[in-house]
Amino acid sequence: MRAARRGEVWLIAVLILVAVAAPLLNLLVPAASGLRLSTYGITLIGKYLCYAMLALSVDLIWGYCGILSLGQAAFFSLGGYAMGMYLMRQIGPRGVYGDPILPDFMVFLNWKSLPWFWHGFNHFPYALLMMAAAPGALALVFGWFAFRSRVSGVYFSIITQALTYALMLAFFRNDMGFGGNNGFTDFKDILGFDLHSDATRVVLLDITVAALAGSYLVCHYLTGSRAGRVMRAIRDAESRTRFLGYPVESYKLWAFVLSAVIAGIAGALYVPQVGIINPSEFAPINSIEAVIWVAVGGRGTLYGAIAGAVLVNYAKTYLTGAFPEVWLFALGALFVCVTLFLPRGLAGLLPGRAGKKNGNAFPARAVPDLVADQVEKK
Amino acid sequence: MSVHDHRLYLDEVTVSFDGFKALNQLSLYVDPGELLCIIGPNGAGKTTMMDVITGKTRPDSGTVFFGNTIDLLTLTEAEIVAAGIGRKFQKPTVFEQLTVAENLELALAGNRSFFKALRARTSAAQRERIEEVLSIIGLTDQQHVLGRVLAHGQKQWLEIGMLLMQNPELLLVDEPVAGMTPQEIERTAELLVSLSGSHSVVVVEHDMAFVRSIARRVIVLHEGSVLAEGGMDAVQNNPRVIEVYLGE
Repeated sequence: MRAARRGEVWLIAVLILVAVAAPLLNLLVPAASGLRLSTYGITLIGKYLCYAMLALSVDLIWGYCGILSLGQAAFFSLGGYAMGMYLMRQIGPRGVYGDPILPDFMVFLNWKSLPWFWHGFNHFPYALLMMAAAPGALALVFGWFAFRSRVSGVYFSIITQALTYALMLAFFRNDMGFGGNNGFTDFKDILGFDLHSDATRVVLLDITVAALAGSYLVCHYLTGSRAGRVMRAIRDAESRTRFLGYPVESYKLWAFVLSAVIAGIAGALYVPQVGIINPSEFAPINSIEAVIWVAVGGRGTLYGAIAGAVLVNYAKTYLTGAFPEVWLFALGALFVCVTLFLPRGLAGLLPGRAGKKNGNAFPARAVPDLVADQVEKK
Repeated sequence: MSVHDHRLYLDEVTVSFDGFKALNQLSLYVDPGELLCIIGPNGAGKTTMMDVITGKTRPDSGTVFFGNTIDLLTLTEAEIVAAGIGRKFQKPTVFEQLTVAENLELALAGNRSFFKALRARTSAAQRERIEEVLSIIGLTDQQHVLGRVLAHGQKQWLEIGMLLMQNPELLLVDEPVAGMTPQEIERTAELLVSLSGSHSVVVVEHDMAFVRSIARRVIVLHEGSVLAEGGMDAVQNNPRVIEVYLGE
């Protein structure tokens, strides 16, 4: 655990640094100074941290429970849409068509009243609840059917891809009531604070840092509990765990629901910072990218997922700017290289990880015993 | 159901797969605290019998009772485990990424639900039970070692330890000494003998020397039913047993 502790300490230190330094560099340093962190930079960091939460949600189920979901972006997007609906209602009569109730796209479609599922989204607490409840409920229903039918491994990965793809197609339709392929944008303010002001952006960043830290602590608590050990047991020997009398399906289901809720909150924080949500967020590639972040950072460590998400996305920002045509090749190459040469990801490079730690804890006598056994077998 | 004093009682159990009778009117019993060895050539129905007892396979006909009152054919696999039957599979499957002590912790008897496990703390009594089992299986020194680091024999003992954590009244042990060194076989024999008395133990094994060293009563299965029964010497000198084994 020593390496895990070290990774954790680093993570917390960096998060605190970001939460304190980024606002100061943005708000207090004069615009002319080279040290000033631009508002664009603030938003970029906020975006990376939302992705880090998404990666955390992937690691919780993939790294600890062996469930490879290739549809995490669906939960992220649902949380984002819930936030988007609140932000759309906040626009009120300031839209292009000036309708006090209906968002612009509904006026454009000639709708006369708000669809039933839009009611309540003008209240922030309700919207907040839906940001977690909508993805959670989808995961609960989908997971209940999938795990109960003992769909696992690659089959689960495929149907989660299908799930997010199906949702993308559905959200593209205008008559779904979610703005079709344009989605939601042109947000004005959140809880009365101007979304375009630096102060609001800085606060949003700090809330994202807090949400990431909170999600990390929840995951940390779960994975460190007996339930977490059962999850790892399921990952390594599912039928053995079932045979010990554990309701494997229920462990998978609750881990999946928690992971969906975390992804949903990440999506909800993402939308006000990037200023748009549309159906392309459901694209299957987004879910796959999230899995790659976790693989790069090192699965089954939590902090590795966070580091992987931030580093890969930083590389993405840089490469898509400098060499746009290389990015997808670079991403693919990265995944292949990590799988081949770094199966434990970057976290595996930390000194004193799992294997070594137990090497140290190994009773001195047992090692020669082990060797002797091997010799005798020959 | 007639009253009997057996721990486990199988009566005229038949299982067929596509017309092939894996078990054919099999009847046998296991007494409380007894160490029973079951031997037989490949395909004699040993594994199928274990599958029936643990609820993995449902028989076409027959009855299987655990004690006087528990009809195993009405229970699910998990309920059978909870009722007090532990099965050790041939291939050792311990949790490789958990330590020896954590492996035993997960095998503790108790509520298995997600939310209970989320808040579960290992109590002093449970800790004591883990220590006790660690010393029975001789892995006290290795308790903080990951399962994957253990030698083959140690994995087998750990798995037996995981069964013991649930305080089973009946232990079903499938080929425990396959692939073990002579020293490990000797230790396993001592372990199984020490467990009988407080538990009923059923061992399925090919290794005749091992069976001879532990068994008091031996049952020979052949084509899904009991061919011979008795002490090791009596069984080995039984002409029908010799014929089946040599005739192969």
